[in-house]
Amino acid sequence: MNTATLTDSALETAYDLECSNIHKSFGSVRAVDDVSFTIPKGSFFSILGPSGCGKTTLMRMIAGFEDPTSGDIQIKGKSVLNTPPNKRNVKMVFQHLALFPMMNVYENIAYGLRCVGTDKAEIDRKVKDVLDRIALPDVANREIHQLSGGQKQRIAIARCMVMDPDVLLLDEPLGALDLKLREAMKIELKLLQHQFNTTFIYITHDQSEALVMSDHVAIMNEGRFEQIGRPEDLYHNPQTSFVAGFVGDSNRWAGRVVAEDASGFRLETDAGLVMTSVRAVGQRISAGQNVSIFVRPEFIKARKTSTPSADGGENSLQGRVDSVLFNGANSRVLVRGPVGELIEADVVVTGGADDLRAGDDVTLEWSAAQTMCFAA
Amino acid sequence: MQSDIKRLSLILLFAPFALWIALLIILPHMGMVVLSLREKVAPRVYEFGFGNYIDFINEPIYWNTLLRTGSMSILVTFLALLIGFPIAYYIAKIAGKRSRGALFLLCLIPLWVSDLIRAFGWILLLRETGVISTFLIRIGLIDQPIEFLYNDITVVIGLVYTVILFMIVPLVSTLDGMDNAMIEAGYNLGGNGFTVLRRIIVPYAMPGIVSGCIVVFMMTAGSYLTPILLGGKNSSWFTEQIYDQFITRFNWESGAAFGFLLLAFTSVVVWIGLRLTGQTLANTVAKS
Repeated sequence: MNTATLTDSALETAYDLECSNIHKSFGSVRAVDDVSFTIPKGSFFSILGPSGCGKTTLMRMIAGFEDPTSGDIQIKGKSVLNTPPNKRNVKMVFQHLALFPMMNVYENIAYGLRCVGTDKAEIDRKVKDVLDRIALPDVANREIHQLSGGQKQRIAIARCMVMDPDVLLLDEPLGALDLKLREAMKIELKLLQHQFNTTFIYITHDQSEALVMSDHVAIMNEGRFEQIGRPEDLYHNPQTSFVAGFVGDSNRWAGRVVAEDASGFRLETDAGLVMTSVRAVGQRISAGQNVSIFVRPEFIKARKTSTPSADGGENSLQGRVDSVLFNGANSRVLVRGPVGELIEADVVVTGGADDLRAGDDVTLEWSAAQTMCFAA
Repeated sequence: MQSDIKRLSLILLFAPFALWIALLIILPHMGMVVLSLREKVAPRVYEFGFGNYIDFINEPIYWNTLLRTGSMSILVTFLALLIGFPIAYYIAKIAGKRSRGALFLLCLIPLWVSDLIRAFGWILLLRETGVISTFLIRIGLIDQPIEFLYNDITVVIGLVYTVILFMIVPLVSTLDGMDNAMIEAGYNLGGNGFTVLRRIIVPYAMPGIVSGCIVVFMMTAGSYLTPILLGGKNSSWFTEQIYDQFITRFNWESGAAFGFLLLAFTSVVVWIGLRLTGQTLANTVAKS
């Protein structure tokens, strides 16, 4: 074997999917605008964005139901632009699953295998095998309408996985489930992905789905990728104000830079709150510029003004509790700040006498490193 | 008190339907059965017996006509399905939202004109001195005028034209209810166009197909005007036999027996069709 083929096969296995400079326009509307990304083998990749951001169009192009206006899509190193959808080894779990109601579970799963001409004994074996792997060994002869929502979900995934795809696309498949089931399915999907060790591309507008399950997340907005990264990177180091606002909760203010030095900026919101932030790597803003300021509620410490100060952080302001939003571990207080705006801060509600109550005077503190600002 | 009012309103609402079924469907058919079981032994003297049915079996012309009507009706049904399915698929799945309504309306327009006028329309086109024959002579394709009327092909064309709408309507409504994602899933899992049609679209549309076929078959087998006008005396349609017995020969007993045989025959054909496709009346005609 010579070295050329070695590097070829090395390249082939590096990425399961590679999209370069993909554009898609519908008339004058740019649905997808210059999107490039690569997905390493066996990873769980999510595309997260608000509805109408072009994520479904992007997925349909990968599946072959739409052609990109320009750009290239490569699966396992081979361009698939001229490959029709039924010849691509990319399978898709549809939003409403699209299980075939006139076939039973076995027929649904066997459909794909029949299309590629697998012999009968092999189909039997594979269907049984995949049903075992999704932990539903006894449903082969059930009709689709006899299954529960979670079972349908797993059958839809099994129907794709039995084909041993290079990439599995999932188009918001949890959207139709109720909350409890959705939480359970999130974990299950992640486990299934580990088990099958196939590249999953998951499309969603629900950030918690994307953050919980994914190895990497791309944030999409108005046809463009705003940022690609690991979930914790997106959360803690957003690169754009859209990402900062879209991922996680934030207190958001419009303001401007009043002063800057080597370590950071001094910011003032339009309403008059003053705070400091740390200069992030590569951040290009300067004094006088308008900025959007974000501070996450969990980084703001709220303490009663009467209690002694702990080491809270560089930023501090006085306020009064407007209301307490009790939600178990995710409880929050709304604090009316010095200039009359509401600021959210996470608190621990223990049920004891020390809990904050509406009307208490509080001091809010957070560090400059937790103040994110982006050019507006 | 409240429940009395409820019951009364139910009875009142149900009454027209019950009257219609009882007076116009059940009663006449019972009369027909009784009539068909009377044998004429002498002028104005009748006896109970199966003579009229035995006559039918003994006279090949009669049952040949019935079989001919049945097989041609099946052919017409099949052609209507073959032509109607792509049209319905186009209206339900390919046409845009706005043009869908317009196309559907276009399909309905022929219904605004009576059967008779439409049949005369065909006659104008197809007769020896008609539009098509004259046109073909004008452009020099033929030198003698051709009579396109009064043959089986014309009858079949005319019947397909008359009934195809009743095939398209149930097909559009079932195909409309089909999620496009299902078709895409069919391709995504590796099926080609033919596989997707055979394994997904047709099975999904089966209730609509069967219901359209039943309606079309019944209408065709029971039609009178189109076969007579386009097929002339050669059409040998079974309804013509019935008409003949009732009106020309004034043999009501035999006519009633024939009418009953037509009903039984078409019912059997529909039943066989349902058995072959694995459908039931409840999930086909009742649904669409």
